[in-house]
Amino acid sequence: MDWLQRFLTSTIGLKVIMAVSGLVLVGFVIGHMLGNLQIFLEFVEEGMGREALNQYGALLKGNKLLLWGTRVTLLVAVAAHIYSACVLTLRARAARPANYKQHKWLSGSYAVRTMRWGGVILLAFIVYHLLHLTVGSEVTPSIEHCKVVGDGLQCPIFDNVVQGFRQPGVVLFYVIAQLALGFHLAHGIWSLFRTLGLGNPRFDGIIKKIAVGTAAAVTLGNVAIPVSVLVGLVGGAV
Amino acid sequence: MNLTLKIWRQQGPDAPGELVTYSVNDVNEDMSFLEMLDVLNESLEVKGEEPIAFESDCREGICGACGCMINGQPHGHKDRTTTCQLHMREFRDGETVVIEPFRAEAFPVLKDLIVDRSSFDRIIQSGGYISVRTGSAPDAHAVQVNKQDADEAFDKAACIGCGACVAACPNAAAMLFTGAKVMHLGNLPQGQVERYERVGAMVAKMDEEGFGHCSNAGECAVACPKGIDLRAIARMNKDLLLSQLKLRSK
Ligand code: HEM
Ligand code: FES
Repeated sequence: MDWLQRFLTSTIGLKVIMAVSGLVLVGFVIGHMLGNLQIFLEFVEEGMGREALNQYGALLKGNKLLLWGTRVTLLVAVAAHIYSACVLTLRARAARPANYKQHKWLSGSYAVRTMRWGGVILLAFIVYHLLHLTVGSEVTPSIEHCKVVGDGLQCPIFDNVVQGFRQPGVVLFYVIAQLALGFHLAHGIWSLFRTLGLGNPRFDGIIKKIAVGTAAAVTLGNVAIPVSVLVGLVGGAV
Repeated sequence: MNLTLKIWRQQGPDAPGELVTYSVNDVNEDMSFLEMLDVLNESLEVKGEEPIAFESDCREGICGACGCMINGQPHGHKDRTTTCQLHMREFRDGETVVIEPFRAEAFPVLKDLIVDRSSFDRIIQSGGYISVRTGSAPDAHAVQVNKQDADEAFDKAACIGCGACVAACPNAAAMLFTGAKVMHLGNLPQGQVERYERVGAMVAKMDEEGFGHCSNAGECAVACPKGIDLRAIARMNKDLLLSQLKLRSK
């Protein structure tokens, strides 16, 4: 196991940890967004989005294995991601103890330059988001308020979401965090392929497109929900 | 042309340093950047001041000795050009030019613009060679190398070890340098025997010397006077990952 430790503590090994954990998080973020977009079934027929969202929540929360499997996987991924980000950032600082008096960026995009601070915003968002919709606050009662009905769970998720997103401050924070996520992914998804060794020029173009496309789709999808609620397009009856 | 120069002066490795302002007059635009510094140094010597210490050897862009930061960019703003090959016609009359040494923990400043790049030599010593017997020079075509591999190896072999990649990298990483060396040898038949030991040893040495990691920002590849592609890093990552499997399964 000596070799494994040596690999995982090398700069490249740590970067691989970051890439793999990042990939897990990307997968989750996409799935999570698709699930939540069901709220827009409200546009098809009133009550349909509410039903879909509550069902989706009941499905997740009703199946202990699915729920805890996902939670543990995500927790491990986030911990590994942050751990490697911190270790590498500290090493990078140590690698350049004195800064240049004058320095010009040559190609580094806004996305590259904000990976670290963007990451900090994301962490703050993750904590807030969990408190907001998973743990629940007075404004948005949640899991405790799922009731056992017959052999299923009934969760008031739709109501929680709508009540939460009627507050402009909350929506603003969500929007900022989703923009940060968009930038983080636009560089991150591209970077992770390189980290994992894909250096074939044939795939360059397509990977750039996948990265930017995914980032844009995730940002738009995730911003659409709180904004639609805030302006009253969704959830009028709650 | 006349220029104002702000040059980093530092007496020794542990001395503090600062930017000192000089003016140089009557600079000929056909001079190289180093010749311009030579002219400045002559005038400093006449005045009894200490000349600016900078490194140079070949002055034709092949030895890698002359690197420094010029206006915040390694080797200045001209693409694929070393400091010694940068000509004064690239600057405007009256311009202020800031000149600093490359900065990295693994490249300690010795004096003024001179840094110690022997950490690069130690990375090479850790595996950047072929030690298996390859016999005497084979007949042409006796060992076939396909065109793509030969081209890639040649592109990577163009590295002159100047350190511009490290200087440009926000993490002061030596990934482009090490990647170039690893892939130069890893692409050729003679390099195959030691391929997977080599990458592990060189990456370990690179870390030990205190270089940072790769964020795929791409700064190094733009700064490289020899145009070495950022993909060298991805290829090295792949070889390191493969080495974990290959060496473990042995
Ligand atoms: C929890 C807070 C987070 C922090 C502190 C954080 C931090 C970072 C940092 C600093 C980097 C770049 C490191 C470097 O190369 O210099 C990075 C890369 C990355 N992050 Fe995050 N991040 C966070 C959340 C996320 C989330 C939620 C996702 C996905 C949805 C994600 C996906 C990625 C990916 C794919 C990479 C690229 C890995 C690579 O370059 O190989 N991160 N993260
Ligand atoms: S002095 Fe040799 S490369 Fe510039």
